[in-house]
Amino acid sequence: MTRVFMEGSEVIAKTVVLCKPHVISAYPITPQTHIVEGLAKLVADGKLKSKFMEVESEFSAISSVAGACAAGSRTFTATSSQGLALMHEVLFATAGMRLPLVMVVANRALSAPINIWNDQQDSISERDSGWIQLYVETVQEASDTLIQAYRIAEDNKVLLPIMVCMDGFILTHTMEPVDLPGEREVREFLPGYNPTHAILDPKRPMTIGPFAYPEPYFKLRKELSSAIDSSRKIVSEVNEEFGRKFKRKYGNGLIEEYKNDKDFAILSMGSVVGTIREVVDKRKDVGLVKIRCYRPFPKEDLIKALKDKKMVLIVEKDISLGLGSGSVFSEIRDILYSLKKRPQVVGFVAGLGGVDIRSKDIEKTVEQSKKMNDGEVKWLM
Amino acid sequence: MVNVTEDLLSPGHRTCAGCGSILAARYLLKATGKDVIICEPTGCLEVTSSQYPLTAWKVPWIHVVFENAASVAAGVKVALEAQGNDHTEVIAFGGDGGMVDIGFGAVSGALERDDDIMIITYDNEAYSNTGIQRSGATPFGASTTTTPAGLVSIGKKQWKKNLPMIAVAHGSKYVASASIAYPQDFQTKIKKAMTIKGAKYIHIHTPCPTGWGFDSSKTIEVARLAVQTGMWILYEIEDGKFKKTMNPELKPVDEYLKMQKRFKHLKEKEIKIIQDHINVSWKELDNLEKSGVNLRTIL
Repeated sequence: MTRVFMEGSEVIAKTVVLCKPHVISAYPITPQTHIVEGLAKLVADGKLKSKFMEVESEFSAISSVAGACAAGSRTFTATSSQGLALMHEVLFATAGMRLPLVMVVANRALSAPINIWNDQQDSISERDSGWIQLYVETVQEASDTLIQAYRIAEDNKVLLPIMVCMDGFILTHTMEPVDLPGEREVREFLPGYNPTHAILDPKRPMTIGPFAYPEPYFKLRKELSSAIDSSRKIVSEVNEEFGRKFKRKYGNGLIEEYKNDKDFAILSMGSVVGTIREVVDKRKDVGLVKIRCYRPFPKEDLIKALKDKKMVLIVEKDISLGLGSGSVFSEIRDILYSLKKRPQVVGFVAGLGGVDIRSKDIEKTVEQSKKMNDGEVKWLM
Repeated sequence: MVNVTEDLLSPGHRTCAGCGSILAARYLLKATGKDVIICEPTGCLEVTSSQYPLTAWKVPWIHVVFENAASVAAGVKVALEAQGNDHTEVIAFGGDGGMVDIGFGAVSGALERDDDIMIITYDNEAYSNTGIQRSGATPFGASTTTTPAGLVSIGKKQWKKNLPMIAVAHGSKYVASASIAYPQDFQTKIKKAMTIKGAKYIHIHTPCPTGWGFDSSKTIEVARLAVQTGMWILYEIEDGKFKKTMNPELKPVDEYLKMQKRFKHLKEKEIKIIQDHINVSWKELDNLEKSGVNLRTIL
């Protein structure tokens, strides 16, 4: 374990070194660039033995790691915003092919207008792809979650791709003191990747990514759905095991409750949770529920954490256009619907395109929520 | 020599009768042998050879999506290198839609990086899988379902996109054209490409009876006539030097065109345009060969 004071992107690059991927492939996009540049430099200096592919697009970045993973290698890639949108088609395919890819998404707004700053519209728009999505609050959590992500993805009971979502600039470009685990500890926690389910090997020919008629297609999609559903358990277990080994963990891996013993809960995900913690500490009348694992959606944990509330206030950095609310809001309303006694749920669409969310803005949402109707959504501006 | 005993592509796949593209796949695997990984984009061969839970492939095979065969292949190769495997041949093998058009960016990226893979286009000159729509590789004057010949249209108005020459422009050490009518020529080129490190590009002409409108027993005849009329020229460009690998006395192009429904509507005027185009290309390529120009060094 080493205590370092580093920019978030550099921490990610250093963490990738610890995870020892065979193949790294990426295409530069703000605000992911420092991660890729950091890795390229580590490879150039011989400090990272991975093969580094400089591809001509994000589409090829995700495609090349898919090929490398199918050939039996652990891989890493990172992207953001438009880059993630360009990968869209391959995201669905790689989940269906059960390739345990790991990708860091430096969350950024989607065009138009073009904007390079943070919100979470990019990855939330990929919620139906079959990728596991973990959202982190701090650089420390980003680093720890990246190590956990390989364990989860490569677990034989999971075998699904994972994105680790960290807010662009807010986490990628700020310095934070971080405890970086040692090489040996990580190796003990994260052994090498040895796939048997999908491996391109001339000694044992296998057809990967076939064409399927309606009935087998339907069956395989159901299997995929079950696989991501049952990955909740592994996400939790890996977080627990990480906690035992490294003395840090993040709630139960799926959600984290913080001072959630009030009638009022604020629910959010990503770096803004840190700001909400501050408000919770100060006000004493609100608690916090953080979603760490957005896909699979931790339904039961969330129901348990929210069912006895009078008010649930959701702050999220995305908008489902045409629905009039963010996706988290509609999903929380959905899971609470079957309760006999439901909390009031209100939502705030906040921080789109990098608009800063300060603690006084969170306080404002708490005050405003008292005058809002159940199911009402406002824009925090 | 052609290995006639070992077939690494099973019968029972679901291509149309007389499919030229599946022949290209068979000839390819006979040349490479077992130590190969095939990366296939979406397309005719992909849907007809990999119908879950069956497969026609006795070698490792992967399909991800339509646009990315070359990038997938590049990733596979780099992974093998990282694992210390320096012998397995990795081949991106796709149709003209997947390589000349929608997957062109990935092909160009792999060629530019000089990734150690072979890229092969099986060219049936249309989006045959989806019902014979025009592609960048569809020849001038061909009627397709999106460039139908009509009262005021001659079919496709543009010339065929020349991907082999575009590959040369990337500085590739080995580029070749091939035809299913000349399997030994094709396999010699495959074997030569396998000895060269870096990105190799081979473009094989694979007539499609369904899309082009000829009897399924005539596939090889049509393929051969394409070469004999100069509609498809067999050559290789090794280390920048152009060389024809087949030098027939050219037959009139009309003999080739009249065998196919897609060209049936062409009048004398358009046929002359095509014939003139062939005559010029043929002569220019002769000049290129005689000049000994190294296409890699002038780029």
